[in-house]
Amino acid sequence: MTGALVRVVRSGVGRRRVQTVVIAIATMMAVAAAVVAGSLMVVSHAPFDHAFAEQNGPHVTAEFDPAKVGAGQLGATGRLDGVTASAGPYPLTILRATDSSGRQPPAMTLVGRTGPHADVDDLDLTSGRWARKSGEIVLSSSYEGPAFTVGDTLTASDTTLTVVGFATSAARTADGWATPAQVRALASEEHPVTSQMLYRFDAAGSKSGIAAARKKLLAAVPSGALLGTRSYLDTKRAADTGAAPTIPFLVAFGVLGIVMSVIIVGSVISGAVGTSLRRIGILKAIGFTPREVVRAYVAQALVPAGVGIALGVVLGNLLAVPLLDDTEQAYGTATLSVAWWVDVVVPAGALLVVGIAALVPAARAGRLRTVEAIAVGRAPRTGRGQWAHRAAGRLPLPRAVTYGLASPFAHPVRTLAMLLAVAFGTIAATFAVGLTCSLNEVNAIQDPQDRSAVTVFTGGRTVAGGEHVPAPGTPEPEPADPAQVSAAIRAQAGTASYYGMGQEDATVAGVSGTVRATLYQGDSTRGAYAMISGHWLTGAGQVVVPGQFLESTGTEIGDTVRVTVGKRTAVVRIVGEAFGTSDDELEIQANIADFPATRPREFLVDVKPGVSAPYYAKRLAARVEPLGADARANSPSEQDNFVFILNTMAALLTLMLVCVAGLGVLNSVVLDTRERVHDLGVCKALGMSPRQTVSLVLASVAGIGVLGGLVGVPAGYALHGFVLPVMGHAAGTDLPRSVLDVYDVPQLLLLGLAGLVIALLGALLPAGWAARARTATALRTE
Amino acid sequence: MTAVIELKGVGKRYDTAGAPALGPLDLSVAQGEALAVTGPSGSGKSTLLNLVAGLDKPSEGTVTVAGEQVDRLGEHALARFRRERIGMVFQFFNLLDDLTVLDNIQLPAQLTGASRRRTQARAHELMTVLGIEKHARAYPGRLSGGERQRVAVARALVNRPALLLADEPTGALDSVSGQDVRELLVDLHRGGQTIVLVTHDPALAEACASRTIHLVDGHVALDSRSEAVR
Repeated sequence: MTGALVRVVRSGVGRRRVQTVVIAIATMMAVAAAVVAGSLMVVSHAPFDHAFAEQNGPHVTAEFDPAKVGAGQLGATGRLDGVTASAGPYPLTILRATDSSGRQPPAMTLVGRTGPHADVDDLDLTSGRWARKSGEIVLSSSYEGPAFTVGDTLTASDTTLTVVGFATSAARTADGWATPAQVRALASEEHPVTSQMLYRFDAAGSKSGIAAARKKLLAAVPSGALLGTRSYLDTKRAADTGAAPTIPFLVAFGVLGIVMSVIIVGSVISGAVGTSLRRIGILKAIGFTPREVVRAYVAQALVPAGVGIALGVVLGNLLAVPLLDDTEQAYGTATLSVAWWVDVVVPAGALLVVGIAALVPAARAGRLRTVEAIAVGRAPRTGRGQWAHRAAGRLPLPRAVTYGLASPFAHPVRTLAMLLAVAFGTIAATFAVGLTCSLNEVNAIQDPQDRSAVTVFTGGRTVAGGEHVPAPGTPEPEPADPAQVSAAIRAQAGTASYYGMGQEDATVAGVSGTVRATLYQGDSTRGAYAMISGHWLTGAGQVVVPGQFLESTGTEIGDTVRVTVGKRTAVVRIVGEAFGTSDDELEIQANIADFPATRPREFLVDVKPGVSAPYYAKRLAARVEPLGADARANSPSEQDNFVFILNTMAALLTLMLVCVAGLGVLNSVVLDTRERVHDLGVCKALGMSPRQTVSLVLASVAGIGVLGGLVGVPAGYALHGFVLPVMGHAAGTDLPRSVLDVYDVPQLLLLGLAGLVIALLGALLPAGWAARARTATALRTE
Repeated sequence: MTAVIELKGVGKRYDTAGAPALGPLDLSVAQGEALAVTGPSGSGKSTLLNLVAGLDKPSEGTVTVAGEQVDRLGEHALARFRRERIGMVFQFFNLLDDLTVLDNIQLPAQLTGASRRRTQARAHELMTVLGIEKHARAYPGRLSGGERQRVAVARALVNRPALLLADEPTGALDSVSGQDVRELLVDLHRGGQTIVLVTHDPALAEACASRTIHLVDGHVALDSRSEAVR
């Protein structure tokens, strides 16, 4: 590039500072959005595989009897033919602990390791630190127990364990880790210490490969020493099922982000070059060749865009951190990071878009006859948008407003880009609001039992985890008589309604294995699941099932099925398909009257309005404790972690896309205002006040905002209607209408206004600038 | 006779270190007077006009126009002042190309919030007087230079301003159109309109103005009323 050309580029960049800054910022935000969107799309693809590879996860997790095979012999199994890496042996035991409130979380697999790092299963310590001494425990992030935090305590066999950290194992080799000595100390007769070995094999891509590997292990140790193995393929299947619902959601946001970035960058750059035609004419008049002009203007666009792109990559990586943290939690996988190639492809793509967007108008300017280029801005404009001014002039609105309303028609391409930016921002906002409402609704309906104010436990073991257990050393009481408990609840002042519930393993003709049967006594309407079709239980002889049940048994509503609970078999009619998010076990709901031997394990009670649930529970507990039962008030249902994560991600992504849309509008209005600065100067010279000037500029985007809202809201609504069922199917369920039909009319109207708000916010800055511009200076501007 | 413009000790510096672009000077323009401001490029003609129109603020002194001290007005008050008290005619017309002739003329009246009926009636009245009624629905780009300047004059007069400011009104016109505009200004002056006319053209000044001042380096070198040479 010649010295003269360099000076032209430098002065062009420096002279239009506002535009240069806007190009840099808009490009930065668009690139940041694309980096985030691209990263999310990348991690959505096979999240387990990525995490597993990063941690060098074990293809086979094996458990050995230390009484039959020593550590030396186990170490030697790591050198077997086909084994590429191994770790262990680690002592392992099953821990049944109680938390500080006396509840017993699900049993956990506890493994003794001196640190998180190893050749195989290289753990990610996500918070806190590793266990250094006895009395300390590190919990797995994927442990399916109650939510613990660092500092919480667990008690087992008179030993108190303090949670000192959380770690993630992609292969889920344990629920918790402690020092090897601590694990050995916690072992009991019921749960003796075993040895865990972790292996990677050179051929482990299929079930047959895993089976062959297992055979090798079996042959390498004494008979009976290998207690069991677990294949990473099973863990992968479970992890992929868990991650599946997030994929359509992330892809939707990812596509929105990338498309929007391309539109914004394209419109920003082409608009900036397109407004410089007169300067281009002057350059040609003083001797620049068309090619030099094109090079100068492409370079002039690339300088601020290049800075924006570089900053955008940095910002995108920073923004991606919290989102990827959330994704990690949603996937239960190890540390996710922005893929290196996203950091290469996105800026390269952005540069390409910038180059093309600059080249087209620059080439046009290069071809323009010099005299025509110089005349731009001086000669009267003709044609475009005049009809709009004529029509708007007839509206019964202030003249400044009608003048502004007609302005967008003078630049249809720029207006279209602005419209698309606003529409995409509105789509993102509409989709995110719908998604949040849907997820909250899922959260509200997936555990209908949580709606009750008080739960009465009749005693004894229950199926679900987290049950109340007697203090260590005290004998387990006899279960209370449900009839007496029921009578006590009925007699208790403040009782509004209640129903009994028990859970048993059941077998259903045509279904292999057992299903979980929840059996209801009394009017269980209050505990009814959301129905996808059919109705909830209204009496005996009925059963409500999830969609998976209908699918796997080939039945439909109205069919009868044979259900056996204990020794009792009943033929019941399927009356409804219930919504359920349980993906690991089939569950059916039926009336306890069909299985008379079953006793309710819980009574779920609603209290009358104005009655304090804790007070009621205390009074009722005093009444039912002598019967062998217990009553406690239910705490308000907490938001499911997964729902919380998705809501947070949706909020962050929407905020980012709305910001990008606003910047797109800002840039277009800056360009428009600069181009019209002379006309605005004329208007001000004729007596247009600063307020009227602001009205004019804001009105020039108001129509676009309204139209963007009108386009964006139905599109966002449709996107929600498309993505939600896909998310549901990925989770293995249909969704009830209450989850899908979450928008109401006032909400949609407000979302429609979002387009207007995005447009007005984007235009506010240049509107203020136009109002403050000195009239004399504006009049001299050509 | 009442003074429409009263400048007292008015000076303007764009650069604190350099020489003043204008003044300090005192100037009074009476109602019904047509003042021509002449002088070479850079003599301060446009600066003077901008100060009178409230488009710029003086560095020193006071500017009073039609009873309002312009240099003390805020932006909102200045806008009101411009739309109600003065009309401006520019060398390059400064018509809005997107608007028809009728809409251009009506614009200042519409900015005051005047009723549609009133503004239309006034615009048609001016178009008739200025002979451009047949172009009411046309766009400025289709008119000749002289016709465009007539539209600009009509726009300047739509709010019946106390003062008409014209900045090189014939500077961009051919001789026939220039003559046309010259006659128009003469007619306006005869009708009692107070005019301040900035021009390079001595013939225009002589034809239209009842008084001429000649600026050199920001100072009044000649005032035809006093014939005082500084």
